[in-house]
Amino acid sequence: MFRIETKEVLNDTIYRMGIVSPRVAKKARPGQFIMLRVDEAGERIPLTIAGTDPEKGIVDIIFQAYGTTTKKLCEKEAGDEIADFVGPLGKPTEIRGQKICVIGGGVGCAIALPIAREYASVGADVTCIIGFRSKNMVILEDEFRSFSRRVFVMTDDGSYGSTGNVCMPLKEMLEKGEDFDRIIAIGPLVMMRFVTETARPWGVPVSVSMNPIMIDGTGMCGGCRMTLKDEYGRPATVFACVDGPEFDGYQVDFDEVMTRGRMYADFERHSYEKTCNLFRAADQAKKEGC
Amino acid sequence: MAMEPKKTPMPTQDPRERITNFREVALGYTPEDARREALRCLNCKNRPCVEGCPVNVNIPGFIQKIREGDLDGAYEVIAATSSLPAVCGRVCPQENQCEAKCAMGIKFEPVGIGRLERYVADHHNAASVPPRKASSNGCKVAVVGSGPSSLTCAGDLAKLGYDVTVFEALHAAGGVLVYGIPEFRLPKSIVAREVENLKALGVTVETNVVVGKTVTVDELFEEGFRAVFLGTGAGLPMFMNIPGENLVGVYSANEYLTRSNLMKAYREDSDTPIRKGGRVAVVGGGNVAMDAARTALRLGAEKVTIIYRRSEAELPARREEAEHAREEGVEFLYLANPVEILGYRNFEDPRDPKNGAVTGIRCTRMELGEPDERGRRVPRPIAGSEFHVPVDTVVIAIGTSPNPLIRSIVGGVQLNRRGGIVVTEEGATHRAGVYAGGDAVTGAATVISAMGAGKTAAAAIHRYLSE
Repeated sequence: MFRIETKEVLNDTIYRMGIVSPRVAKKARPGQFIMLRVDEAGERIPLTIAGTDPEKGIVDIIFQAYGTTTKKLCEKEAGDEIADFVGPLGKPTEIRGQKICVIGGGVGCAIALPIAREYASVGADVTCIIGFRSKNMVILEDEFRSFSRRVFVMTDDGSYGSTGNVCMPLKEMLEKGEDFDRIIAIGPLVMMRFVTETARPWGVPVSVSMNPIMIDGTGMCGGCRMTLKDEYGRPATVFACVDGPEFDGYQVDFDEVMTRGRMYADFERHSYEKTCNLFRAADQAKKEGC
Repeated sequence: MAMEPKKTPMPTQDPRERITNFREVALGYTPEDARREALRCLNCKNRPCVEGCPVNVNIPGFIQKIREGDLDGAYEVIAATSSLPAVCGRVCPQENQCEAKCAMGIKFEPVGIGRLERYVADHHNAASVPPRKASSNGCKVAVVGSGPSSLTCAGDLAKLGYDVTVFEALHAAGGVLVYGIPEFRLPKSIVAREVENLKALGVTVETNVVVGKTVTVDELFEEGFRAVFLGTGAGLPMFMNIPGENLVGVYSANEYLTRSNLMKAYREDSDTPIRKGGRVAVVGGGNVAMDAARTALRLGAEKVTIIYRRSEAELPARREEAEHAREEGVEFLYLANPVEILGYRNFEDPRDPKNGAVTGIRCTRMELGEPDERGRRVPRPIAGSEFHVPVDTVVIAIGTSPNPLIRSIVGGVQLNRRGGIVVTEEGATHRAGVYAGGDAVTGAATVISAMGAGKTAAAAIHRYLSE
């Protein structure tokens, strides 16, 4: 069992938890992920590592409660335990380049944060663009500001920062002649695809971080397989868990990744509703008991 | 006394009944069945069966004990050389090993050695007390992975007094016995019991540790481990590299079986999804293909077809497994090879949720040519013979290769071109103190040969650490 040391509510649906796992805390590098299982009937899900405290042996994860497992997880409190926690898995981010633009969308900012921080810590010039649906969804802004040279905050509805999506300031900067060595985009698939397309005319390298369906996270099931196409269009199958999770955005077949991501959409919807009903019934019972 | 020409039949769940549940198919001998089968052993002098066993179980010896009604004695005879008899009695390909050599088999059916082994092991497990811990010699050995080779190696070393820690990447110990082989063929309670027995011997089992990621072999040595055994298995699924293999509804057998076996996706209370029902095609002809096909039936498939590129005679699966699959209603499409998996695509509506879902497989008919160097006839496609099989789910069960993470696990160990770890006959790798065995060395093979390798390596580690 693995103890939840800290729990913090970042916004309506996004939570940060510190999990006690000394071995993982000691080993984790930015860009790597863990797999966890909340309880004995639970699914194994991958979550990217948001930060570590090796001395205390704590690994931070940030997640959005949108499915059965994340819903079960967000109902846990500091001091509770979860069944399984294993990692660090996948390849760490390769720190390449001096002038970097890190782009995070929604909960993807949790993964973007340690990567941006790592670049800043080796002296790179870091620009961050973080995007959210609206003001009440904004997370981690202060943390990004603490080490970045520039931070752009975007909201879809304009309720905070600038109005629009993360590609707008990126395009503006590229048009003005900003010569980024690398763009790192982490967020919804649609966002990562558009960042890649925005950067394409300038040929700036784009790294994207994939979070497909996985079971073991060690290269055994192949459920996370995806097609990369090289510059000549030749396809190659890779496993996101061991070959990634970061890939060259220009090589990713986003259509395929999106299609495969919907594999269990029906099951997940039913399962999520069932879980929510269980929690609702428990809440109700608690209220009536008082 | 007249010789019974046929094996005493194994009682099984009725096929119509068993495809509705995941309980074990073969129910095990009754005491009467076992006694009758034991009497068929000729107790011949040169004991060819023992030679056929990769761990050289004294087969006539334990059968003699059954005849004498001494089941505890029979268990002791088996346990002297085998670590997992309840597992081997169920999943060993006896027809290619001990039973293939049985003298009875020359004129009649061989003695049902596997069935008797299972009978003895189950009797022992139902009643037994856990094994006693040996006194510790204070010397630490790390075992990486918890499949059959690792469990055997760990058990043998613990009995010699070593302080053994098993590191398992998944959340449950047992390796392929837990994620690969279905409940209806090998109940997980049996594997759990074997693991509990190891713990009683003093073995520490640490799950959720991916050696090479969570901790490296170098760090294990720094932590005070004096030797390391790598039993990391053959976990990398092979694909066919044909168009459509990444469509929604195409699984590797590893993924499909792991969802069902390890994650219990067949149970209502499991959060892990799996595709149920519809028409399922399983590509391949080995035991894993049979397991996947029979799992599909139990998950409610309307129709399950095994597609195999050779003919029935070349099926690599155990005869009994193929027979069970057939009884349960699995269809076999021989001499056929997939060339493309077809998917749904609505060109008018890219948001159609059915886009990307499997609709069928295009196959070509095959014919058998000359035998290859291993004596198996090589299948060749027949030009212009393509045909279409409509399906909703495809499971690729054409084999696995050694776990790719091995490269990041340890430096100084050499791999062959198929990714297997290169070892000496004793299981030693090129790096001092590091041993390996099982599928990580050979590529996908049998539980018993992995056990044999674990045993050999345990003995070699003991010699190495005694020097």
